[in-house]
Amino acid sequence: MSFTREVGRTTRVMLASVAAFPSVFRSRDSRRDFGVQLYKTGIGTLPVVTVVSLFTGMILALQVGLELRRFNQEIYLGAAVMITLIREMAPFSCGMCLAACVGSAIAAELGTMAVNDEIAALEIMSIPPIRFLAAPRLLALVVMAPVLAFFCCVVGTLGGGVVGATQLGVNFEQYMASAMSIADVKDLATGLAKAVVFGLVIGTVSVAQGLGTSLGATGVGRATQRSVIISFLLILMLGYMITRVCYQ
Amino acid sequence: MSLVVFENVKKQFSGRKVLDGLSFEIEKGEILALVGPSGTGKSVTLKHIVRLLEPDEGRVLVDGVDVSACSRRELEAIRSRVGYLFQSGALLAWMTVEENVALPLRECTGLSEDEIDRRVAAALDAVELADAADKYPAEISGGMQKRAGLARAIVRESDVILYDEPTSGLDPVTSITIHRLIKKLNRELGITSVVVTHDLQGALGFTDRLLLVKDGRAVECSAPAEFAASTNPVVREFLAAMKGEL
Ligand SMILES: Nc1ncnc2c1ncn2[C@@H]1O[C@H](COP(=O)(O)OP(=O)(O)OP(=O)(O)O)[C@@H](O)[C@H]1O
Ligand SMILES: [Mg+2]
Repeated sequence: MSFTREVGRTTRVMLASVAAFPSVFRSRDSRRDFGVQLYKTGIGTLPVVTVVSLFTGMILALQVGLELRRFNQEIYLGAAVMITLIREMAPFSCGMCLAACVGSAIAAELGTMAVNDEIAALEIMSIPPIRFLAAPRLLALVVMAPVLAFFCCVVGTLGGGVVGATQLGVNFEQYMASAMSIADVKDLATGLAKAVVFGLVIGTVSVAQGLGTSLGATGVGRATQRSVIISFLLILMLGYMITRVCYQ
Repeated sequence: MSLVVFENVKKQFSGRKVLDGLSFEIEKGEILALVGPSGTGKSVTLKHIVRLLEPDEGRVLVDGVDVSACSRRELEAIRSRVGYLFQSGALLAWMTVEENVALPLRECTGLSEDEIDRRVAAALDAVELADAADKYPAEISGGMQKRAGLARAIVRESDVILYDEPTSGLDPVTSITIHRLIKKLNRELGITSVVVTHDLQGALGFTDRLLLVKDGRAVECSAPAEFAASTNPVVREFLAAMKGEL
Protein backbone atom coordinates (compact mmCIF):
# COMPACT_ATOMS: atom_id res chain seq x y z
CA MET A 1 0.00 0.00 0.00
CA SER A 2 2.60 2.54 1.05
CA PHE A 3 4.84 1.19 -1.73
CA THR A 4 2.25 1.89 -4.41
CA ARG A 5 1.59 5.31 -2.89
CA GLU A 6 5.32 6.06 -3.01
CA VAL A 7 5.55 4.95 -6.64
CA GLY A 8 2.53 7.09 -7.49
CA ARG A 9 4.01 10.12 -5.77
CA THR A 10 7.38 9.66 -7.48
CA THR A 11 5.70 9.31 -10.88
CA ARG A 12 3.72 12.49 -10.28
CA VAL A 13 6.91 14.34 -9.33
CA MET A 14 8.50 13.19 -12.60
CA LEU A 15 5.57 14.16 -14.82
CA ALA A 16 5.11 17.53 -13.13
CA SER A 17 8.82 18.32 -13.32
CA VAL A 18 9.09 17.37 -16.98
CA ALA A 19 6.02 19.48 -17.70
CA ALA A 20 7.78 22.37 -15.96
CA PHE A 21 10.96 22.14 -18.09
CA PRO A 22 9.99 25.09 -20.34
CA SER A 23 9.71 27.35 -17.28
CA VAL A 24 13.43 26.83 -16.68
CA PHE A 25 14.15 29.20 -19.57
CA ARG A 26 11.44 31.73 -18.79
CA SER A 27 13.16 34.30 -16.61
CA ARG A 28 16.71 35.52 -16.18
CA ASP A 29 16.85 34.23 -12.60
CA SER A 30 15.66 30.77 -13.54
CA ARG A 31 18.15 30.56 -16.42
CA ARG A 32 20.92 31.54 -14.06
CA ASP A 33 19.80 28.89 -11.58
CA PHE A 34 19.74 26.29 -14.37
CA GLY A 35 23.29 27.28 -15.27
CA VAL A 36 24.36 26.69 -11.68
CA GLN A 37 22.73 23.26 -11.72
CA LEU A 38 24.40 22.36 -15.02
CA TYR A 39 27.74 23.35 -13.56
CA LYS A 40 27.20 21.34 -10.36
CA THR A 41 26.03 18.28 -12.29
CA GLY A 42 28.53 18.37 -15.12
CA ILE A 43 31.71 20.07 -14.00
CA GLY A 44 31.25 19.19 -10.33
CA THR A 45 31.31 15.46 -10.99
CA LEU A 46 34.01 15.55 -13.68
CA PRO A 47 36.94 14.51 -11.45
CA VAL A 48 35.09 11.48 -10.09
CA VAL A 49 33.71 10.50 -13.48
CA THR A 50 37.17 10.79 -15.05
CA VAL A 51 38.81 8.50 -12.50
CA VAL A 52 35.93 6.01 -12.57
CA SER A 53 35.84 5.79 -16.36
CA LEU A 54 39.60 5.60 -16.69
CA PHE A 55 39.79 2.63 -14.36
CA THR A 56 36.68 1.01 -15.85
CA GLY A 57 38.42 1.06 -19.25
CA MET A 58 41.69 -0.17 -17.80
CA ILE A 59 40.08 -3.06 -15.93
CA LEU A 60 38.06 -4.06 -18.97
CA ALA A 61 41.16 -4.02 -21.19
CA LEU A 62 43.16 -6.07 -18.74
CA GLN A 63 40.52 -8.72 -18.14
CA VAL A 64 39.47 -9.09 -21.76
CA GLY A 65 43.02 -8.70 -23.06
CA LEU A 66 44.36 -11.56 -20.97
CA GLU A 67 41.67 -13.86 -22.32
CA LEU A 68 42.13 -12.68 -25.90
CA ARG A 69 45.88 -13.28 -25.64
CA ARG A 70 45.27 -16.96 -24.95
CA PHE A 71 43.76 -17.18 -28.43
CA ASN A 72 46.17 -14.72 -30.03
CA GLN A 73 43.32 -12.36 -30.78
CA GLU A 74 44.66 -9.21 -29.08
CA ILE A 75 43.94 -7.16 -32.18
CA TYR A 76 40.26 -7.20 -31.17
CA LEU A 77 40.97 -5.67 -27.76
CA GLY A 78 39.92 -2.18 -28.87
CA ALA A 79 36.61 -3.44 -30.23
CA ALA A 80 35.84 -5.40 -27.07
CA VAL A 81 36.55 -2.48 -24.77
CA MET A 82 34.70 0.01 -26.92
CA ILE A 83 31.58 -2.10 -27.34
CA THR A 84 31.31 -2.81 -23.62
CA LEU A 85 31.81 0.81 -22.72
CA ILE A 86 29.55 2.38 -25.28
CA ARG A 87 26.64 -0.01 -24.75
CA GLU A 88 26.78 -0.63 -21.01
CA MET A 89 29.61 0.50 -18.84
CA ALA A 90 29.78 4.19 -19.74
CA PRO A 91 26.11 4.99 -18.99
CA PHE A 92 26.16 2.60 -16.03
CA SER A 93 29.24 3.98 -14.28
CA CYS A 94 28.31 7.56 -14.98
CA GLY A 95 24.81 6.83 -13.63
CA MET A 96 26.38 5.47 -10.45
CA CYS A 97 28.60 8.54 -10.12
CA LEU A 98 25.66 10.89 -10.65
CA ALA A 99 23.47 9.05 -8.14
CA ALA A 100 26.24 9.13 -5.54
CA CYS A 101 27.45 12.68 -6.16
CA VAL A 102 24.46 14.64 -7.44
CA GLY A 103 21.35 12.65 -6.46
CA SER A 104 22.41 12.39 -2.84
CA ALA A 105 23.16 16.11 -2.71
CA ILE A 106 19.75 16.97 -4.17
CA ALA A 107 17.94 14.74 -1.68
CA ALA A 108 19.88 16.21 1.23
CA GLU A 109 19.40 19.80 0.08
CA LEU A 110 15.67 19.52 -0.57
CA GLY A 111 15.23 17.40 2.55
CA THR A 112 16.85 20.06 4.70
CA MET A 113 14.67 22.67 3.06
CA ALA A 114 11.57 20.59 3.80
CA VAL A 115 12.33 20.17 7.50
CA ASN A 116 13.22 23.88 7.80
CA ASP A 117 9.82 24.91 6.38
CA GLU A 118 11.53 26.45 3.34
CA ILE A 119 9.41 24.32 1.00
CA ALA A 120 6.30 25.42 2.92
CA ALA A 121 7.44 29.03 2.57
CA LEU A 122 7.65 28.62 -1.21
CA GLU A 123 4.16 27.13 -1.29
CA ILE A 124 2.76 30.07 0.68
CA MET A 125 4.35 32.45 -1.81
CA SER A 126 2.62 30.45 -4.57
CA ILE A 127 5.98 29.39 -5.98
CA PRO A 128 5.57 25.71 -6.87
CA PRO A 129 8.62 23.81 -5.54
CA ILE A 130 8.39 21.54 -8.58
CA ARG A 131 8.93 24.42 -10.95
CA PHE A 132 11.35 26.34 -8.76
CA LEU A 133 13.50 23.50 -7.41
CA ALA A 134 12.78 20.21 -9.16
CA ALA A 135 12.66 21.21 -12.83
CA PRO A 136 16.13 22.85 -13.11
CA ARG A 137 17.81 20.02 -11.20
CA LEU A 138 16.10 17.29 -13.18
CA LEU A 139 16.75 18.97 -16.53
CA ALA A 140 20.42 19.47 -15.65
CA LEU A 141 20.73 15.73 -14.96
CA VAL A 142 18.93 14.79 -18.17
CA VAL A 143 21.21 17.06 -20.21
CA MET A 144 24.48 16.21 -18.47
CA ALA A 145 24.09 12.44 -18.09
CA PRO A 146 24.57 11.65 -21.81
CA VAL A 147 27.39 14.21 -22.09
CA LEU A 148 29.18 12.57 -19.18
CA ALA A 149 28.48 9.10 -20.55
CA PHE A 150 30.10 10.08 -23.85
CA PHE A 151 33.06 11.54 -21.99
CA CYS A 152 33.24 8.37 -19.92
CA CYS A 153 33.36 6.29 -23.09
CA VAL A 154 36.20 8.36 -24.55
CA VAL A 155 38.30 8.33 -21.37
CA GLY A 156 37.61 4.63 -20.76
CA THR A 157 38.66 3.68 -24.28
CA LEU A 158 41.86 5.69 -23.96
CA GLY A 159 42.58 4.07 -20.58
CA GLY A 160 42.07 0.64 -22.12
CA GLY A 161 44.44 1.57 -24.92
CA VAL A 162 47.17 2.55 -22.49
CA VAL A 163 46.84 -0.78 -20.64
CA GLY A 164 46.83 -2.61 -23.96
CA ALA A 165 50.00 -0.85 -25.11
CA THR A 166 51.93 -1.06 -21.86
CA GLN A 167 50.91 -4.47 -20.54
CA LEU A 168 49.49 -6.54 -23.36
CA GLY A 169 51.71 -5.48 -26.22
CA VAL A 170 48.86 -4.18 -28.34
CA ASN A 171 49.87 -1.34 -30.61
CA PHE A 172 47.90 1.78 -29.63
CA GLU A 173 47.03 2.75 -33.20
CA GLN A 174 45.84 -0.77 -33.95
CA TYR A 175 43.78 -0.66 -30.76
CA MET A 176 42.13 2.60 -31.72
CA ALA A 177 41.45 1.42 -35.26
CA SER A 178 39.74 -1.68 -33.91
CA ALA A 179 37.76 0.39 -31.43
CA MET A 180 36.57 2.87 -34.03
CA SER A 181 35.64 0.18 -36.53
CA ILE A 182 33.15 -1.44 -34.19
CA ALA A 183 31.36 1.61 -32.81
CA ASP A 184 28.23 2.31 -34.79
CA VAL A 185 25.42 4.80 -34.49
CA LYS A 186 22.96 2.38 -32.92
CA ASP A 187 25.35 1.55 -30.08
CA LEU A 188 26.01 5.19 -29.43
CA ALA A 189 22.31 6.03 -29.54
CA THR A 190 21.32 3.27 -27.10
CA GLY A 191 24.17 4.12 -24.77
CA LEU A 192 23.24 7.79 -24.69
CA ALA A 193 19.51 7.03 -24.41
CA LYS A 194 20.29 4.88 -21.39
CA ALA A 195 22.18 7.77 -19.86
CA VAL A 196 19.21 10.09 -20.44
CA VAL A 197 16.89 7.60 -18.74
CA PHE A 198 19.32 7.22 -15.83
CA GLY A 199 19.52 11.00 -15.45
CA LEU A 200 15.76 11.25 -15.35
CA VAL A 201 15.49 8.42 -12.83
CA ILE A 202 18.20 9.78 -10.51
CA GLY A 203 16.70 13.26 -10.60
CA THR A 204 13.15 12.08 -10.02
CA VAL A 205 14.03 9.75 -7.17
CA SER A 206 16.19 12.26 -5.33
CA VAL A 207 13.73 15.14 -5.77
CA ALA A 208 10.82 12.97 -4.60
CA GLN A 209 12.78 11.69 -1.60
CA GLY A 210 13.95 15.18 -0.71
CA LEU A 211 10.56 16.85 -0.96
CA GLY A 212 8.92 14.03 1.01
CA THR A 213 11.29 14.40 3.98
CA SER A 214 9.91 14.82 7.49
CA LEU A 215 11.16 14.30 11.03
CA GLY A 216 14.25 16.47 11.19
CA ALA A 217 17.85 15.51 10.62
CA THR A 218 17.15 11.78 10.84
CA GLY A 219 14.64 12.20 8.04
CA VAL A 220 17.21 14.00 5.89
CA GLY A 221 19.69 11.17 6.43
CA ARG A 222 17.10 8.59 5.50
CA ALA A 223 15.97 10.47 2.40
CA THR A 224 19.56 10.76 1.19
CA GLN A 225 20.28 7.10 1.78
CA ARG A 226 17.09 5.98 0.09
CA SER A 227 17.62 8.20 -2.92
CA VAL A 228 21.01 6.58 -3.57
CA ILE A 229 19.82 3.00 -3.00
CA ILE A 230 16.68 3.36 -5.11
CA SER A 231 18.62 5.05 -7.91
CA PHE A 232 21.24 2.25 -7.94
CA LEU A 233 18.59 -0.45 -8.12
CA LEU A 234 16.63 1.29 -10.85
CA ILE A 235 19.78 1.95 -12.90
CA LEU A 236 20.61 -1.76 -12.85
CA MET A 237 17.10 -2.94 -13.65
CA LEU A 238 16.36 -0.38 -16.33
CA GLY A 239 19.82 -0.92 -17.85
CA TYR A 240 19.03 -4.57 -18.31
CA MET A 241 15.58 -3.89 -19.72
CA ILE A 242 16.78 -1.32 -22.25
CA THR A 243 19.52 -3.69 -23.41
CA ARG A 244 16.93 -6.41 -23.83
CA VAL A 245 14.58 -4.26 -25.81
CA CYS A 246 17.32 -2.87 -28.08
CA TYR A 247 19.45 -5.95 -28.70
CA GLN A 248 17.09 -8.88 -28.78
CA MET B 1 -17.65 38.56 10.02
CA SER B 2 -14.76 36.47 11.28
CA LEU B 3 -11.91 36.11 8.84
CA VAL B 4 -10.69 32.76 10.10
CA VAL B 5 -12.78 30.20 11.95
CA PHE B 6 -11.51 27.00 13.55
CA GLU B 7 -14.35 24.55 14.16
CA ASN B 8 -13.51 21.72 16.48
CA VAL B 9 -10.21 20.97 14.72
CA LYS B 10 -8.46 17.74 15.62
CA LYS B 11 -5.01 16.73 14.44
CA GLN B 12 -2.71 13.94 15.47
CA PHE B 13 0.77 12.88 14.39
CA SER B 14 1.44 9.15 14.45
CA GLY B 15 -1.11 8.58 17.21
CA ARG B 16 -0.12 11.62 19.30
CA LYS B 17 -2.99 14.12 19.64
CA VAL B 18 -1.77 17.66 19.06
CA LEU B 19 -4.99 19.57 18.37
CA ASP B 20 -7.93 18.10 20.23
CA GLY B 21 -11.09 19.97 19.34
CA LEU B 22 -9.64 23.46 18.87
CA SER B 23 -12.27 26.14 18.18
CA PHE B 24 -11.72 29.89 17.92
CA GLU B 25 -12.23 32.82 15.55
CA ILE B 26 -10.02 35.55 14.21
CA GLU B 27 -11.76 38.84 13.48
CA LYS B 28 -10.89 40.93 10.47
CA GLY B 29 -8.43 43.70 11.32
CA GLU B 30 -7.46 42.51 14.79
CA ILE B 31 -4.17 41.46 16.31
CA LEU B 32 -4.60 38.10 18.00
CA ALA B 33 -1.85 36.68 20.17
CA LEU B 34 -1.60 32.92 20.31
CA VAL B 35 0.06 31.85 23.53
CA GLY B 36 0.60 28.56 25.27
CA PRO B 37 3.26 26.17 26.52
CA SER B 38 5.91 24.91 24.11
CA GLY B 39 4.73 21.95 22.03
CA THR B 40 1.00 22.55 22.39
CA GLY B 41 0.54 22.99 18.66
CA LYS B 42 0.73 26.75 18.09
CA SER B 43 2.83 26.40 14.94
CA VAL B 44 0.61 23.52 13.85
CA THR B 45 -2.44 25.78 14.28
CA LEU B 46 -0.95 28.48 12.04
CA LYS B 47 -0.12 25.91 9.37
CA HIS B 48 -3.76 24.84 9.25
CA ILE B 49 -4.84 28.33 8.19
CA VAL B 50 -3.03 28.00 4.85
CA ARG B 51 -3.39 24.23 4.47
CA LEU B 52 0.24 23.36 5.04
CA LEU B 53 -1.41 20.80 7.31
CA GLU B 54 -4.94 19.46 7.08
CA PRO B 55 -7.21 18.66 10.02
CA ASP B 56 -8.11 15.02 10.74
CA GLU B 57 -11.50 16.25 11.90
CA GLY B 58 -13.28 19.60 11.99
CA ARG B 59 -12.97 22.53 9.61
CA VAL B 60 -10.90 25.64 9.08
CA LEU B 61 -12.72 28.44 7.28
CA VAL B 62 -10.97 31.45 5.76
CA ASP B 63 -13.43 34.10 4.61
CA GLY B 64 -16.12 31.43 4.65
CA VAL B 65 -14.13 29.00 2.48
CA ASP B 66 -13.25 25.59 3.90
CA VAL B 67 -9.51 25.45 3.23
CA SER B 68 -9.21 21.66 3.16
CA ALA B 69 -12.13 21.23 0.79
CA CYS B 70 -11.47 24.12 -1.60
CA SER B 71 -10.02 23.92 -5.10
CA ARG B 72 -6.38 24.53 -5.96
CA ARG B 73 -7.29 27.94 -7.33
CA GLU B 74 -9.21 29.00 -4.23
CA LEU B 75 -6.30 27.87 -2.11
CA GLU B 76 -3.87 29.93 -4.21
CA ALA B 77 -6.18 32.91 -3.78
CA ILE B 78 -6.17 32.46 -0.01
CA ARG B 79 -2.41 31.97 0.13
CA SER B 80 -1.81 35.05 -1.99
CA ARG B 81 -3.51 37.10 0.72
CA VAL B 82 -1.36 35.71 3.51
CA GLY B 83 2.14 36.61 4.66
CA TYR B 84 3.81 34.00 6.85
CA LEU B 85 6.79 34.29 9.15
CA PHE B 86 7.97 30.76 9.93
CA GLN B 87 9.41 29.93 13.31
CA SER B 88 12.69 28.95 11.65
CA GLY B 89 12.79 32.00 9.36
CA ALA B 90 12.82 29.62 6.37
CA LEU B 91 15.11 31.75 4.20
CA LEU B 92 16.55 30.21 1.04
CA ALA B 93 20.23 29.55 1.66
CA TRP B 94 21.52 30.40 -1.82
CA MET B 95 19.94 33.85 -1.96
CA THR B 96 21.01 37.01 -0.19
CA VAL B 97 18.73 38.59 2.39
CA GLU B 98 17.62 41.15 -0.19
CA GLU B 99 16.83 38.49 -2.81
CA ASN B 100 14.93 36.46 -0.24
CA VAL B 101 12.77 39.42 0.68
CA ALA B 102 12.22 40.32 -2.97
CA LEU B 103 11.24 36.74 -3.89
CA PRO B 104 7.48 36.97 -3.23
CA LEU B 105 7.31 40.23 -5.17
CA ARG B 106 9.38 38.97 -8.12
CA GLU B 107 7.54 35.67 -8.42
CA CYS B 108 3.95 36.61 -7.71
CA THR B 109 3.44 40.24 -8.64
CA GLY B 110 3.96 42.18 -11.83
CA LEU B 111 5.76 45.04 -10.08
CA SER B 112 8.64 46.82 -11.82
CA GLU B 113 12.18 46.25 -10.55
CA ASP B 114 12.33 49.83 -9.22
CA GLU B 115 9.15 49.36 -7.22
CA ILE B 116 10.41 46.00 -5.92
CA ASP B 117 13.71 47.57 -4.85
CA ARG B 118 11.87 50.37 -3.10
CA ARG B 119 9.56 48.03 -1.19
CA VAL B 120 12.35 45.65 -0.24
CA ALA B 121 14.45 48.52 1.08
CA ALA B 122 11.48 49.78 3.10
CA ALA B 123 10.80 46.33 4.57
CA LEU B 124 14.46 45.83 5.47
CA ASP B 125 14.55 49.28 7.05
CA ALA B 126 11.47 48.46 9.11
CA VAL B 127 13.19 45.42 10.63
CA GLU B 128 16.51 47.30 10.96
CA LEU B 129 18.34 45.03 8.59
CA ALA B 130 19.36 47.43 5.82
CA ASP B 131 23.05 46.78 6.53
CA ALA B 132 22.74 43.05 6.00
CA ALA B 133 20.93 43.21 2.64
CA ASP B 134 23.82 41.64 0.71
CA LYS B 135 24.60 38.91 3.19
CA TYR B 136 23.61 35.25 2.85
CA PRO B 137 21.44 33.65 5.57
CA ALA B 138 24.36 31.54 6.83
CA GLU B 139 26.38 34.72 7.40
CA ILE B 140 23.92 36.40 9.77
CA SER B 141 22.76 35.56 13.30
CA GLY B 142 19.60 33.67 14.21
CA GLY B 143 17.83 36.84 15.30
CA MET B 144 18.77 38.54 12.05
CA GLN B 145 17.47 35.59 10.05
CA LYS B 146 14.24 35.89 11.97
CA ARG B 147 13.97 39.57 11.09
CA ALA B 148 14.77 38.84 7.44
CA GLY B 149 11.94 36.30 7.46
CA LEU B 150 9.76 38.97 8.99
CA ALA B 151 10.67 41.41 6.22
CA ARG B 152 9.72 38.78 3.65
CA ALA B 153 6.40 38.18 5.40
CA ILE B 154 5.44 41.86 5.45
CA VAL B 155 6.86 42.99 2.11
CA ARG B 156 3.72 42.08 0.17
CA GLU B 157 1.49 43.94 2.61
CA SER B 158 -0.94 41.02 2.55
CA ASP B 159 -4.40 41.13 4.15
CA VAL B 160 -3.36 38.67 6.82
CA ILE B 161 0.05 38.08 8.31
CA LEU B 162 0.84 35.07 10.47
CA TYR B 163 3.83 35.61 12.73
CA ASP B 164 5.33 32.51 14.34
CA GLU B 165 7.37 33.85 17.25
CA PRO B 166 8.53 37.10 15.63
CA THR B 167 10.58 38.16 18.65
CA SER B 168 12.06 34.91 19.97
CA GLY B 169 15.82 35.22 20.16
CA LEU B 170 15.73 39.01 19.95
CA ASP B 171 16.88 41.50 22.56
CA PRO B 172 14.17 43.46 24.43
CA VAL B 173 14.77 46.68 22.50
CA THR B 174 14.45 45.06 19.09
CA SER B 175 11.44 43.10 20.34
CA ILE B 176 9.64 46.33 21.12
CA THR B 177 10.52 47.68 17.68
CA ILE B 178 9.00 44.55 16.13
CA HIS B 179 5.87 44.83 18.27
CA ARG B 180 5.48 48.46 17.19
CA LEU B 181 5.96 47.45 13.57
CA ILE B 182 3.23 44.79 13.78
CA LYS B 183 0.91 47.28 15.43
CA LYS B 184 1.69 49.97 12.84
CA LEU B 185 0.98 47.63 9.91
CA ASN B 186 -2.26 46.65 11.59
CA ARG B 187 -3.40 50.20 12.28
CA GLU B 188 -2.30 51.82 9.03
CA LEU B 189 -3.08 49.07 6.53
CA GLY B 190 -5.68 47.10 8.49
CA ILE B 191 -3.62 43.93 8.30
CA THR B 192 -5.15 41.15 10.37
CA SER B 193 -2.33 39.69 12.43
CA VAL B 194 -1.89 36.45 14.31
CA VAL B 195 1.15 36.46 16.55
CA VAL B 196 2.43 33.31 18.19
CA THR B 197 4.57 34.41 21.08
CA HIS B 198 6.11 33.41 24.38
CA ASP B 199 6.46 37.05 25.36
CA LEU B 200 3.23 37.31 27.33
CA GLN B 201 4.12 40.67 28.84
CA GLY B 202 4.72 42.12 25.39
CA ALA B 203 1.57 40.50 24.00
CA LEU B 204 -0.60 41.99 26.74
CA GLY B 205 0.70 45.39 25.65
CA PHE B 206 0.18 45.44 21.89
CA THR B 207 -2.47 42.90 20.88
CA ASP B 208 -6.28 43.18 20.76
CA ARG B 209 -7.01 39.69 22.08
CA LEU B 210 -5.09 36.77 23.50
CA LEU B 211 -5.85 33.12 22.90
CA LEU B 212 -4.38 30.60 25.31
CA VAL B 213 -4.08 27.09 23.90
CA LYS B 214 -3.26 24.14 26.11
CA ASP B 215 -3.42 20.42 25.38
CA GLY B 216 -4.80 21.17 21.93
CA ARG B 217 -7.81 23.19 23.10
CA ALA B 218 -8.60 26.87 23.48
CA VAL B 219 -8.60 27.65 27.20
CA GLU B 220 -9.24 31.38 27.16
CA CYS B 221 -9.73 33.98 24.49
CA SER B 222 -10.15 37.58 25.62
CA ALA B 223 -8.85 41.13 25.51
CA PRO B 224 -5.60 41.81 27.41
CA ALA B 225 -7.26 43.40 30.45
CA GLU B 226 -9.75 40.56 30.89
CA PHE B 227 -7.05 38.00 30.16
CA ALA B 228 -4.82 39.41 32.89
CA ALA B 229 -7.74 39.42 35.31
CA SER B 230 -9.10 36.01 34.34
CA THR B 231 -10.05 33.66 37.13
CA ASN B 232 -9.59 30.57 34.99
CA PRO B 233 -7.06 28.48 36.94
CA VAL B 234 -5.14 27.47 33.79
CA VAL B 235 -4.71 31.14 32.81
CA ARG B 236 -3.67 32.09 36.36
CA GLU B 237 -1.13 29.29 36.40
CA PHE B 238 0.20 30.33 33.00
CA LEU B 239 0.43 33.99 34.02
CA ALA B 240 2.16 33.07 37.27
CA ALA B 241 4.67 30.86 35.49
CA MET B 242 5.44 33.62 32.98
CA LYS B 243 5.92 36.20 35.74
CA GLY B 244 8.11 33.77 37.62
CA GLU B 245 10.30 33.43 34.57
CA LEU B 246 10.78 37.18 34.19
N1 LIG C 1 5.06 17.56 10.64
C1 LIG C 1 5.01 16.99 11.86
N2 LIG C 1 5.13 15.66 12.00
C2 LIG C 1 5.06 15.08 13.21
N3 LIG C 1 4.86 15.76 14.34
C3 LIG C 1 4.72 17.08 14.29
C4 LIG C 1 4.79 17.77 13.04
N4 LIG C 1 4.62 19.10 13.27
C5 LIG C 1 4.46 19.21 14.60
N5 LIG C 1 4.52 18.02 15.21
C6 LIG C 1 4.35 17.78 16.65
O1 LIG C 1 3.26 18.53 17.11
C7 LIG C 1 3.52 19.08 18.38
C8 LIG C 1 3.23 20.56 18.38
O2 LIG C 1 4.18 21.21 17.59
P1 LIG C 1 4.22 22.78 17.37
O3 LIG C 1 5.43 23.05 16.54
O4 LIG C 1 2.93 23.26 16.85
O5 LIG C 1 4.44 23.33 18.84
P2 LIG C 1 4.46 24.83 19.30
O6 LIG C 1 3.27 25.06 20.15
O7 LIG C 1 4.64 25.71 18.15
O8 LIG C 1 5.74 24.85 20.23
P3 LIG C 1 6.91 25.94 20.33
O9 LIG C 1 6.39 27.01 21.21
O10 LIG C 1 8.03 25.19 20.97
O11 LIG C 1 7.21 26.39 18.96
C9 LIG C 1 4.95 18.75 18.72
O12 LIG C 1 4.96 17.71 19.66
C10 LIG C 1 5.55 18.28 17.43
O13 LIG C 1 6.47 17.26 17.67
MG1 LIG D 1 6.13 26.71 17.31
